[in-house]
Amino acid sequence: MNAPAPTRAEREAALKGMGFARRRTEDARFIQGKGNYVDDLKLPGMLFGDFVRSPYGHARIKKIDVSKAAALPGVKAVLTAEELKPVKLAWMPTLAGDVQMVLADGKVLFANQEVAFVIAEDRYIAADAVELVEVEYEPLPPLVDPFKSMASDAPILREDIKDKLDGAHGKRKHPNHIFEWVVGDKEATDRVFAGAPVTVKELISYQRVHPAPLETCASVASMDKIKGELTVWGTFQAPHVVRTVAAILSGIPEHKIRIISPDIGGGFGNKVGVYPGYVCSIVASIVLGVPVKWVEDRIENLSATAFARDYHMTAELAATSDGKILGLRCHVLADHGAFDACADPSKYPAGFFNIVTGSYDIPVAHLAVDGVYTNKAPGGVAYRCSFRVTEAAYCIERIVDVLARKLNMDPAELRLKNLIKTEQFPYKSALGWEYDSGNYATALNKAMETVGYSALREEQRRNRADFQNGKTRTLMGIGVAFFTEIVGAGPSRNCDILGIAMFDSAEIRVHPTGAAIARFGTKSQGQAHETTYAQIIATETGIPADMIAVEEGDTSTAPYGLGTYGSRSTPVAGAACARAARKIQAKARKIAAHLMEVGEKDVEFDVDRFQVKGLPEKFKTMKEVCWAAYNNVPPGMEPGLEAVDYYDPPNMTYPFGAYICVLDIDVDTGSTKVRRFYALDDCGTRINPMVIEGQVHGGLTEAFGIAMGQEIAYDATGNVQGVTLMDYFLPTAVETPFWETDHTVTPSPHHPIGAKGVGESPNVGGVPAFSNAVIDAFAHLGVTHLQMPHDAWRVWKAAQKLGLVG
Amino acid sequence: MIPGRFTYHRPGSVNEAVQLLASLGEDARPLAGGHSLIPMMKLRLAQPEHLIDLGRIAALKGIRKDGAEIVIGAMTTQAEIIGSPVLREQAPILIEAAQVIADPQVRYAGTIGGNVANGDPANDMPGLMLCLDARYTLTGPNGARQVAAREFYEAAFFTKLQPGEIVTELRFAVPAGNHGWAYEKLKRKIGDYAVAAAAVTLTVSGGKCASAAIALTNVAQTPLLAVDAAKALVGSNLDNSAIDAAAKAAMAISDPVADTRGPKEYRQSVLGVMVRRAIERAKSRAR
Amino acid sequence: MSADAKVRVAMTVNGRQVSAEVESRTLLIHFLRENLNLTGPHIGCDTSHCGACTVDLDGKSVKSCTVFAVQAEGAQVLTIEGMAAADGSLHPLQAAFHEHHGLQCGFCTPGMITRAHRLLQENPHPTEAEIRMGISGNICRCTGYQNIVKAISAAAETIAGLKKEEAAE
Repeated sequence: MNAPAPTRAEREAALKGMGFARRRTEDARFIQGKGNYVDDLKLPGMLFGDFVRSPYGHARIKKIDVSKAAALPGVKAVLTAEELKPVKLAWMPTLAGDVQMVLADGKVLFANQEVAFVIAEDRYIAADAVELVEVEYEPLPPLVDPFKSMASDAPILREDIKDKLDGAHGKRKHPNHIFEWVVGDKEATDRVFAGAPVTVKELISYQRVHPAPLETCASVASMDKIKGELTVWGTFQAPHVVRTVAAILSGIPEHKIRIISPDIGGGFGNKVGVYPGYVCSIVASIVLGVPVKWVEDRIENLSATAFARDYHMTAELAATSDGKILGLRCHVLADHGAFDACADPSKYPAGFFNIVTGSYDIPVAHLAVDGVYTNKAPGGVAYRCSFRVTEAAYCIERIVDVLARKLNMDPAELRLKNLIKTEQFPYKSALGWEYDSGNYATALNKAMETVGYSALREEQRRNRADFQNGKTRTLMGIGVAFFTEIVGAGPSRNCDILGIAMFDSAEIRVHPTGAAIARFGTKSQGQAHETTYAQIIATETGIPADMIAVEEGDTSTAPYGLGTYGSRSTPVAGAACARAARKIQAKARKIAAHLMEVGEKDVEFDVDRFQVKGLPEKFKTMKEVCWAAYNNVPPGMEPGLEAVDYYDPPNMTYPFGAYICVLDIDVDTGSTKVRRFYALDDCGTRINPMVIEGQVHGGLTEAFGIAMGQEIAYDATGNVQGVTLMDYFLPTAVETPFWETDHTVTPSPHHPIGAKGVGESPNVGGVPAFSNAVIDAFAHLGVTHLQMPHDAWRVWKAAQKLGLVG
Repeated sequence: MIPGRFTYHRPGSVNEAVQLLASLGEDARPLAGGHSLIPMMKLRLAQPEHLIDLGRIAALKGIRKDGAEIVIGAMTTQAEIIGSPVLREQAPILIEAAQVIADPQVRYAGTIGGNVANGDPANDMPGLMLCLDARYTLTGPNGARQVAAREFYEAAFFTKLQPGEIVTELRFAVPAGNHGWAYEKLKRKIGDYAVAAAAVTLTVSGGKCASAAIALTNVAQTPLLAVDAAKALVGSNLDNSAIDAAAKAAMAISDPVADTRGPKEYRQSVLGVMVRRAIERAKSRAR
Repeated sequence: MSADAKVRVAMTVNGRQVSAEVESRTLLIHFLRENLNLTGPHIGCDTSHCGACTVDLDGKSVKSCTVFAVQAEGAQVLTIEGMAAADGSLHPLQAAFHEHHGLQCGFCTPGMITRAHRLLQENPHPTEAEIRMGISGNICRCTGYQNIVKAISAAAETIAGLKKEEAAE
């Protein structure tokens, strides 16, 4: 009868709270093929929509003849801009204060732009009908070079706003100019540069890439005309925002719109914005009165949905001759494509690029960003970028390496000399951010020690001599990256999406038998929220994680939130989660005291129970308290046990990391083999180490693809290239290196559980580590910079220029 | 993503297949493994009105030794080539080549006949067939004929195959028991075509190269037999200068297309590297 | 017979005999997902690269987006939905993917597990390099493959252990 009482450790293990490598609850459906993705959805009477797309990058539309398509048996309707104009949906507002065409209105502005939407009984008939739509184009000269976009003779792309000199972010300098964003102290920076003993300057371009989640974008819209209710299932990383936008655009009141993000097969920022496909499926459903599904194919996804990067950054550092950085100056030419559809907080047209001072104590800095239009697909903020932080980190990590070369200093030593010191936190950067916490030197030293950095540099010296003597044709490169990134958007004082502040929310309801359900305003696309939010609640309430259901994504049940991107779920909704859970603990404590007939201040919470201080054998389990909440609460207290929290973060959070990459370049072919990649991440408190490690593996693999081969390129005629998986480099298991992961823990002082978020860090830090390593392989021969991607032919060309091959 | 409509035929014999192809003419295409044709149909770059599925014709399968020759049925898959004990023992270069074609799933479906017949300069097997001096059996409504692989390729997607004919069999002389061999292919990633590739077979006798064959892939409109490159090896002791000469001779006849794999000069240079490395490995295997 | 006429196709899918009228151009992936409501295998690309649609057809791993349903006439097809045992217990691969965190968004997972199943039939004791080569026709964007490789390795040991037990009985 008397089983031995469980130890504290056993009770913690049974709880599976924070810090445990809890296995995922969401796995059960995925490993059995029972996931519920948008294209899995079948509704009675559902039709299928498909797009006619422009073969030209810039052209006038003279005529669209849909008659043959409309006459095909099984086709129900064909929409063009003309059909959307009466409902004011031929154009729609973007998240960046611009407007974009839903269907081409008089002209097309990028290759594969949406021209017409065919709706048919099934996707096969829709595909046939697309072939039958006849469009007459008058090609116009395309503009694909952003450096030429503001020339006096540049073709004017946006005729709809050509006379509007006031853009969404201030004055426009040219019809193809979108905004200028300036931060920092120009005079002070210029003075420092003028007097500095050492300066370096480099044009660092970050090529246009695409996040390419494995599942493409899709929606099923279903208008119930009888109830006047619109339901849309879709690949939405931010379902509530979509609902609010849909209400504003459609005129259907927001309480009659339900947006459901079911399972999403990867997002990476590709699924934040509102696409023409969603709008057309909604309009078609309203017009036809039946559900309409739209699923794009891969070529459409890569060529027409939110791309990432395309930043041309001219960076300069001023320094002393022994390597103390005195100032940073940076100009960015940002290629936004045909419409500014960037998913940024509205006050930040260049995202948080002003984190470009990076991990270094730089006293003065100045930044100017010019955004321009070109005949390319719209977008720019995507692909684990934390709102342009990937671009900023690449910029500073590259220019720091350039400075190291100039000074003939080791790149790691130069970094150690300039890293922000622990005692300087909270640290106010010269471009306006207050970094919350960091232990930078500790992390970099740990990284260097773990990989045996000095021995690697010694090996490299021998390798360079061997290469010189013809003993080897391989060159070794060592890349160091120390990144600070900024996530957790964000405080209402500076972060909003279309005017909605970027708080987030948690709602927890506990059941009588000691189970609970929790709902959030975020939306996982693989980040394990069903598993990890439950861990936070378990630690804070003593309800076992296995007894907590987590839901996200249905706007009719979830509290309002701004969704999941920019690594914001843990910093914002995770904080709301902890605070809501603490409200529950606080009420439960009162109930426990009442049950034990002691004062509330005599009761303490311990793992999964409330015990009397000094008398631990007198306790009530949380399970018992849950039952009591429904039948035996103190007089005057409401029955039940639930809490809601909306969290407006006081600051962003600043995860950081030290990455070291060792690679070998086969100079004769330009091929690179990554020998070793070590990634140390500090994301503050670690909720689930297994999930964190998985995020790092995935982000590093994305970074590897970007640095070593990804590119969405446009040729001079405006055609887009590399938009199938034949050419777009998605690494397979064979190319992908083995990732060594490590960590330190520096909690965020302002976050309820000290957690910072981690999802995007590996892409932020990974790309510079790879790129620095490739360039480092040639650094002894005078190379200061090589443009990405570092695919084999480009590396070979660099070797050829040095006289090493050909 | 969705192919156009077609009528599907499933003949049970070679004769039935070629009669169908002859009678249906240009609007009909044979369907082998489908992993070149179906992707093209999904992009609507090919829109045949009839597909003649060769997948159930037993006579087109099998790998066997026939006297001094090896005979491979055209519908033999890359996976079957990799798993073949006959080839492992007699012509392992084919296995090495098959292993760098596409990925595991595609290799289960893709056939050697499909790989050699359509004249796609990017395919790997044609170069191997040139190297091994294979003969293709082309069967049409009027019977079967043999064409040397070395004469089969005329231009990109243009071969000696006549309307109504299909490749039914490939055969080549069993390479000498002591031969050295290697297929060297540089590609950007698994599943990609070659930046450049070279197939080398050679024999060594008394320390000198007695015979050699070198074929080049994806560096011209057709696979190339590098005759002068091979000549540069024969009679030499396969030292660096002979290998160098062979590589230069191979590069001299190449004319690769500039594409996302790189500019022409890069691909030519890589070809030289592939030839060098293939010769080195073949040399190390020769007995 | 005209091109738009339907064709009857019959095969065995996950042990169950099925048949339907389809267009000859109906891809096997659509036949499985739309006609049979087996939405485990997914579509991730247009050019037969990603492998999300991988099924097991007559003992071969096949990208079902590159096969017409009519080509699979009479075939034995296995999808992820057929991997668990009749009593619902998970296949060792499914259990291993869960234990070793071999999935995140889950979209590549059905194709990946189905391919891994065939890989372990081809090679019951693969090295890490052989596993990576063995799944090189399956793209994952979330995991970076490392835990997938771990999971397949672990499953290989479990399966080998089970086989030992069976042999001993």
